[in-house]
Amino acid sequence: MGDYAVPAHFLLSHIVRNKIIKPKPITTKTIEIGTKYSPEFVCTPFKYTLGTMIEGIEEGANILIQAGGGCRYGYYAELQEQILKDLGYNVKLYNLVTAGTTDIKRIYKIMKEIDPKFSILKGIYYGSITKKMIQYMDHIDHYIRANIGFEIEKGSFQKLKWQMLKDFENVKTHTKLRRLYKKYKKEFQKIKTNKPNKTIKIGIIGELYTIMEPYSNYELERTLASMNIEIKRYTDVSYLLFQKHKKIKQYLKNTSEYITYQMGADAADNIGRAKELCIEGYDGIIHIKSSFCTPEIGAMPVLTKVCADYQVPIIFFSFDINTSEVGIQTRLEAFYDMLEMRKKNEKRISRN
Amino acid sequence: MKKGYLGIDIGSISTKGVILDENNQILESSYIWTEGNPIEAVKRLLKELQNKTKDITIYGIGTTGSARKLIGLMVDADVVKNEITAHAIGTTQFYKNARTILEIGGQDSKIILLKDGIITDYAMNTLCAAGTGSFLSSQSKRLGVEIEDFGTLALKSKNPVKIAARCTVFAESDLIHKAQVGYQKEDIIAGLCRSVVLNYLNNVGKGKKIEEPIVFQGGVSKNKGVVKYFNEILKTEVIVDPNSHLMGAIGIAIMAHQKQSKTPKNLKILDISFETKGRECEGCSNHCEILRIYKDHKFIESWGSKCGKVS
Repeated sequence: MGDYAVPAHFLLSHIVRNKIIKPKPITTKTIEIGTKYSPEFVCTPFKYTLGTMIEGIEEGANILIQAGGGCRYGYYAELQEQILKDLGYNVKLYNLVTAGTTDIKRIYKIMKEIDPKFSILKGIYYGSITKKMIQYMDHIDHYIRANIGFEIEKGSFQKLKWQMLKDFENVKTHTKLRRLYKKYKKEFQKIKTNKPNKTIKIGIIGELYTIMEPYSNYELERTLASMNIEIKRYTDVSYLLFQKHKKIKQYLKNTSEYITYQMGADAADNIGRAKELCIEGYDGIIHIKSSFCTPEIGAMPVLTKVCADYQVPIIFFSFDINTSEVGIQTRLEAFYDMLEMRKKNEKRISRN
Repeated sequence: MKKGYLGIDIGSISTKGVILDENNQILESSYIWTEGNPIEAVKRLLKELQNKTKDITIYGIGTTGSARKLIGLMVDADVVKNEITAHAIGTTQFYKNARTILEIGGQDSKIILLKDGIITDYAMNTLCAAGTGSFLSSQSKRLGVEIEDFGTLALKSKNPVKIAARCTVFAESDLIHKAQVGYQKEDIIAGLCRSVVLNYLNNVGKGKKIEEPIVFQGGVSKNKGVVKYFNEILKTEVIVDPNSHLMGAIGIAIMAHQKQSKTPKNLKILDISFETKGRECEGCSNHCEILRIYKDHKFIESWGSKCGKVS
């Protein structure tokens, strides 16, 4: 998913002796395979991950690790394992998350099964490096998102990021990782941009997989950047793994006039974020999800209400395997025009 | 010689063109069927407009509609913009205080909410063509009625039938059923017009606050039956401009005017050959559909590559 294959590969290759196969980037072929063997009305992340699994198996993988939970994604591993068995693939699929929680003892057992010589100390050591690596990556990504739309030399952010990920793959110690992070942070800040004082700022919220895998949202962030828009997005792996349990309580408290309970996955988080974006003065909100994503469908009417109360425009996109790119383009363009017109007339409206 | 600004709106079903003068008033307009070939349609459209306007020099061109990008390249347009913005700008030119624009076209339908001439919210139908012009035109063929007579026939009905409005496939089978049990043609047609309105309000207009004044436009606004049911269901009068089908073209012509181009445009593209060739790239497993555009047999641009390395 996105660039997170790098830390995942880093962690596994250091703690087990098995050969780790890097997943290929998602392409049209991945999704074609995934769709062929998936139930028709399951949400798109199922199709993407199944496609990736089959591509991995064809490359020689015989152990697959899946981590997911929160919504019906929690049952996907079992279902996918059954589909793979029916297709005649003899593989073992481990799900690290059960019933929405991670049980350390269970994970230890799984790791022992995968590699009997698995050492818990090594696991903790490299686990902590990986955690830091993900946090550093997400920090850098935040900076990139706010600035990439204004880079003078096109592609300079992306190029530097690839170089950074390549260096991250080879670290062995915390010190080395921290030094690399500091070095790249400086270099990212050195990239020349022509950011004006008043830019159009958009917040992206929605279902986590579609947000984090650029292929599945038709490179939404890249398209927005090409329109010179500053982007803020909350969902990343650091958030899901390390911040969510704290943040969600805060979100529920802040949005008590709209919701009382959590609604599964990130639905309640997104309502909290929408309110935050409105208050912080963002010009617009884009909500994206894969088709048939139940928690987000539940959040949509509430989001409409929040945005109506604060008079901030919101637009909803549902991505499926057959979504027409031209249709997305037209709606995004219109959304941008609308925000631009509103911005120009901000003073006039506030006077009335 | 008068100065003129040309706006072209190339939709899925029809192609519209207008020429505006310095004060954004319509000098000439034209409305023809696209017939699945936007390039030929635009050539015919321009020929028609040129025959009508001998003493006008064009100083700006804008394109909108689903073929805007291709035609924009072909006519060397100053502005290429989506139809939502174009419709809003065109409408506010004539109805300064309009609050809601209802638009039903051939393949898509949209709702635009405005305040003080600024778009505040909009929605567009997704995936499905239920309740759009193409559904009405395919049903008119099935019933053996000219689409132009559809509205007048609908007005004659005293007892419109109820038709399942959610989905065109269900609507069509429901329609066949109603015909087979012997309903009058005008009752069925009236029911169809009503179902278009209900479908529109339930899908595109869902959750949107429709405030007056309401302007109804797009090709379907020419259908008196649909207008009648909008009035009935919204319990108010919707405004239908005599040029309601041209609003997109007018809007884009206004935007072309705003560009204030100093050089006159050459409209000799009628004799130039213009074609696109599609192929599937075999470079990786993405299999992108690469479109190459040739003007006068010379390659000018390509679209569709995901990696940007292939043209």
